[in-house]
Amino acid sequence: MEQVRAIILRAAGINTDLETQYTLELAGAKADRVHINRLIEDKGLLDQYHIAIFPGGFSYGDDVAAGKIMANQVVHHLAEPVQKFIDDGKLVLGICNGFQVLVKAGILPGGTNFRQEDVTITNNDSGKYEDRWVYLQPQTDRCVFIEPGKRIYVPIAHGEGKLVAKSPEALERLKSEGHVAFKYVDANGQEGPFPINPNGSTESIAGLTDKTGRVLGLMPHPERYIRRTQHPHWSRLGKDLRPDGIEMFRRAVKYVRENLLASCSA
Amino acid sequence: MRQWRFEVFNRPSLPDVAGNGVLADIRELGITTVEVVQSARVFLIEADFDETFAERVARELLADPVCEQYHIGRSGPPAGLAKATLIEVHLKSGVTDPVAESVMAAIKDMGATPAGVRTARKYILLGEIKPSQVETIARKILANDVIEDVVLGDQAEPPSPHLKPYELNLVHWPIRDLDDAGLEALSKGRDLFLNLVEMKTIQEYFRTLGREPTDIELESIAQTWSEHCVHKTLKSQVDMDHEGQQIHFDNLLKETVFKATKQLDKPWCISVFADNAGVVEFDEESAVCFKVETHNHPSALDPYGGAATGIGGVIRDPMGTGMGARPIANTDIFCFGRPDKRLDEVPKGVLHPRRIMRGVVSGVRDYGNRMGIPTVNGAIYFDDRYMANPLVYCGNIGVMDKSKAFKHQQSGNLIVVVGGRTGRDGIHGATFSSGQMTHEHETIFSHAVQIGNAITEKKTLDVLLQANEAGLYEAITDCGAGGLSSAVGEMGEKLGAEVDLDKVPLKYTGLSYTEIWISEAQERMVIAVKPENLEAVQKIFASENVEATVIGRFTDDKKLRLRYNGRQVGELDMEFLHDGVPKYRRRASWKNPKLSEPTLPKKDNYTDDLLGLLSSYNIASKEWVIRQYDHEVQGGSVVKPLVGVANDGPSDAAVVQPKYTSQKGLAISCGMNPLYGDIDPYWMALAGIDEAVRNLICVGGRVDRIALLDNFCWARCTDPEVLGSLVRAAQACYDGAIAYQAPFISGKDSLNNEFVCEDGSLIRIPPTLLVSAMSIVDDIDKCVTMDLKRAGNLLFVVGRTCNELGGSHYYKENGHTGANVPKLDLKLAPQIAARIASAIADGLVAGCHDCSEGGLAVALAEMAFAGGLGIEANLRRLPRSKDCSRTDAQLFSESNSRYIVEVTPENFDAFAKRMLNLPFGQIGTVTGTPRLLVKDDDGRKVIDAEIGVLKEAWQRTFAW
Repeated sequence: MEQVRAIILRAAGINTDLETQYTLELAGAKADRVHINRLIEDKGLLDQYHIAIFPGGFSYGDDVAAGKIMANQVVHHLAEPVQKFIDDGKLVLGICNGFQVLVKAGILPGGTNFRQEDVTITNNDSGKYEDRWVYLQPQTDRCVFIEPGKRIYVPIAHGEGKLVAKSPEALERLKSEGHVAFKYVDANGQEGPFPINPNGSTESIAGLTDKTGRVLGLMPHPERYIRRTQHPHWSRLGKDLRPDGIEMFRRAVKYVRENLLASCSA
Repeated sequence: MRQWRFEVFNRPSLPDVAGNGVLADIRELGITTVEVVQSARVFLIEADFDETFAERVARELLADPVCEQYHIGRSGPPAGLAKATLIEVHLKSGVTDPVAESVMAAIKDMGATPAGVRTARKYILLGEIKPSQVETIARKILANDVIEDVVLGDQAEPPSPHLKPYELNLVHWPIRDLDDAGLEALSKGRDLFLNLVEMKTIQEYFRTLGREPTDIELESIAQTWSEHCVHKTLKSQVDMDHEGQQIHFDNLLKETVFKATKQLDKPWCISVFADNAGVVEFDEESAVCFKVETHNHPSALDPYGGAATGIGGVIRDPMGTGMGARPIANTDIFCFGRPDKRLDEVPKGVLHPRRIMRGVVSGVRDYGNRMGIPTVNGAIYFDDRYMANPLVYCGNIGVMDKSKAFKHQQSGNLIVVVGGRTGRDGIHGATFSSGQMTHEHETIFSHAVQIGNAITEKKTLDVLLQANEAGLYEAITDCGAGGLSSAVGEMGEKLGAEVDLDKVPLKYTGLSYTEIWISEAQERMVIAVKPENLEAVQKIFASENVEATVIGRFTDDKKLRLRYNGRQVGELDMEFLHDGVPKYRRRASWKNPKLSEPTLPKKDNYTDDLLGLLSSYNIASKEWVIRQYDHEVQGGSVVKPLVGVANDGPSDAAVVQPKYTSQKGLAISCGMNPLYGDIDPYWMALAGIDEAVRNLICVGGRVDRIALLDNFCWARCTDPEVLGSLVRAAQACYDGAIAYQAPFISGKDSLNNEFVCEDGSLIRIPPTLLVSAMSIVDDIDKCVTMDLKRAGNLLFVVGRTCNELGGSHYYKENGHTGANVPKLDLKLAPQIAARIASAIADGLVAGCHDCSEGGLAVALAEMAFAGGLGIEANLRRLPRSKDCSRTDAQLFSESNSRYIVEVTPENFDAFAKRMLNLPFGQIGTVTGTPRLLVKDDDGRKVIDAEIGVLKEAWQRTFAW
């Protein structure tokens, strides 16, 4: 069977590429870590892959604003190949800094040729970086990465994770057009103040998807919960504890196998 | 070329996080008249683009379209608001500005090429403020004089940073004909920090050569011979008078700490006390290395930058160990003055402890997080003697192939500097940190502060790992203290080296050859490259925008030769440079201090004492700090710093999984208790070792694979009594390492941690030994945490509680030191550790926590609220010495080698059998009622509190 291939985009300051690569391989993909310079040199490189990951880290130090400089690079050098990648029916996942890049490059929520106007991600209300675990409640049925209705538990680690919409209308559009992928909730699925909503994000929004459901960005780190012993209190829980994070990657690999590989060979 | 000015403000409808933070700090200073603070980011861009392009830069790059608005040019004060004060903070010229570098690159991506970019911060303060208050706000909150300039009001732009180019001017510092006074004056005048004996040795050397030294030669010697680099105190001969008994050491370090390592001669020690970090075996293929450094003096002057470069610097140690390791975990341990000091209690020239603490935590956070290395273990201690000399210990652990644990530089290899550029930052850092601090230091030594840029280090690391894997270089080391001088000097020690200083890439022009040579600019590594590999090296570094520049080559004549534009500016014999430092003979003395035990009134109930201890600075939850560090990046965390049902209990140690595909883990811990040092540093050091070991054991670390690290922070050791206290601690390191069969693998000292106040009075830090430790975990699935797991489980105390409240937090809270410092039973302690470790390995233990600060009562409370369960305990079953009859001693004594172990009823027999012949007792049970209840011998309730109340007390102190 042809292999599902994933590209993990590196840049100065990206720092979760190794664990993301391991996660994808655990989920059944062949994953490469590729520096963004290689992609800029050879724009056709992206064609070899089915899943593109914008991983976490501090691309270019998060100078000016989180993800901004890398987003600027994507807009000015990679807009076409990335758009083609999405149009080809392939999958894009932005995690933490990657989500910030996708939003600041206008790839999410998407639809208006890479112009970021409606939504941004900015400083946590607490004014500081936070590493803590959160519950996420899916808000969409169309995103290929997400099992509808299944609440998951994963960590966040960021200083700029608060999603803000430019206007009430823009927020309304996000919701009515089904762009909200995840919300921060408590263990029972209820929204609430800090720390349930760890950064003060508007309407507890933790992640966005585009209109196709094949592009997902989220602040939390699913790649940090792929083994039982990564749960913050696994030592209290049974041996049958199932890590939530890996599922997102398994679903992506499965989607590619069923939709892209099958169609390629057809 | 036009100077464009961009100002970026928050949209008024959104919270100004930076401005609000400043406002809170202003209120904290006691200034209540400021009503609002608005903040703005300022970009000064020198470029020849037009208005339309400038608009694009502002709109698409600099300002967020949703949250922010921009102004091109200088915005005036808000209309109609007369009482507005404008303050701008600019970086001093030459200070690294990472944001500017990124903006420069981004504008290039947009299609223009600016000539220069600078950034600044602007604050608009609304409200009635006196000029003196503006000055205070600027100095205490907004800017750090050491690296920043303040521009008030609508003044002109700060001066252009363009510097004059440097023209070679060879400088000699004549030494041959100087008398003693002249030698001392030369050393002092040039900040060489060399003493008279050393100056005379150098004088003799140049008399033999028959010429005068150049400035760069004397500077090279001063760097190489600095306390920071050569540890001359710890390696000196010492005559110790111990209560009248004479002991002689030919080399203090070799006869204490290092002797234990040699004697133990563990086959799993690969490279110890030899390289930038100590290297031990991890598994068949891999090794791990560990180094802990201090960055005390820089953090006192610039807490943020000092701590950031502290962690940045120590990360480069594993990166420069063997052929280079991949960093996998950071540790950090801090000592500060109490954060609640009044401003007028803080000596002149010293920053407020709270500002130091916030700055240090932010510095470690921003650098460590950006590097993508989890910060997994740490501790914070508070004592007012740290007010002027905060201690900032930063540690890093790396993993490497066992086959790459050694370097192989050869004559003919090229010297290649990679990573960051060289600037004027950090000049004299090594010598500066080897001296005493005074109230004038912040002005005199501002240049000693280094400025970090984590992303430069991160991208350098990314490429180095690839170059290492491809076998492209023969040796590597970091540019740390002493800069290129130390790095090249060390690598070329047995070979010889020649360097063309004009080839070193600079941040800006104007540096003299000597400044280039001794600058401690950050993020630089030196590698030795075979000429045939140079092209491949240059290609791989260029591919990820990292500079790699040939600056010289290693020779075979054992000389260090320095050139600038082809002209020789210095030549020294490597042998003199490295072995010429005179051997010292120092006096040390130790007298047991005359201390007595206080008599505190006996009470019927100690719940309030427990609550007070839980809220005390040293014991209180450090969650505020821990959560600011990414402790999970790299995906290897197994036991996190915060554990328990609500993820907020205090873990004893961290466990990480260095390799995704192996069940093996690495446990990481530390131990320190400066309070005991006031009674006897010998027992302080042993308590530190025992605590570090206990912490490893509690999470499931192996007892036979423990590696230790020492970090001595002391006051000036020219005082025999200060040195005597250090000798006591060093002797304890030997005894403790032998007892636990746990070798020291690396160490470092920072002496001269004292401060001369304006009135001449002296503040000395207490003797402070940090013991860091790591051990192997065979199977991470078997790790144990300290939180109580299930109602109905049984609670045991293993280890004896003695009447040892001396130096305890209980005494401290009551204003006493006491005399009965906790001692260590060198025979029993390892036996207890081994049995607990075996019980955990066999799955007999549900939870395990060590008794440390605050004793049994605090440990029980922590286990209870971390698990969300209650405890019923009875002190009658507590294993204890005969003289430990008082209830407060039983509850709060900090006796060593004690573990509280939670065991299921099913495992009771097996566990009890395993502990046979050790001092242990079942002191209680875990209950489903959320209450901690402790009864004394007579069945009276001596502690009775809801766990929610206990937890609230523990969390409230740092609920910042």
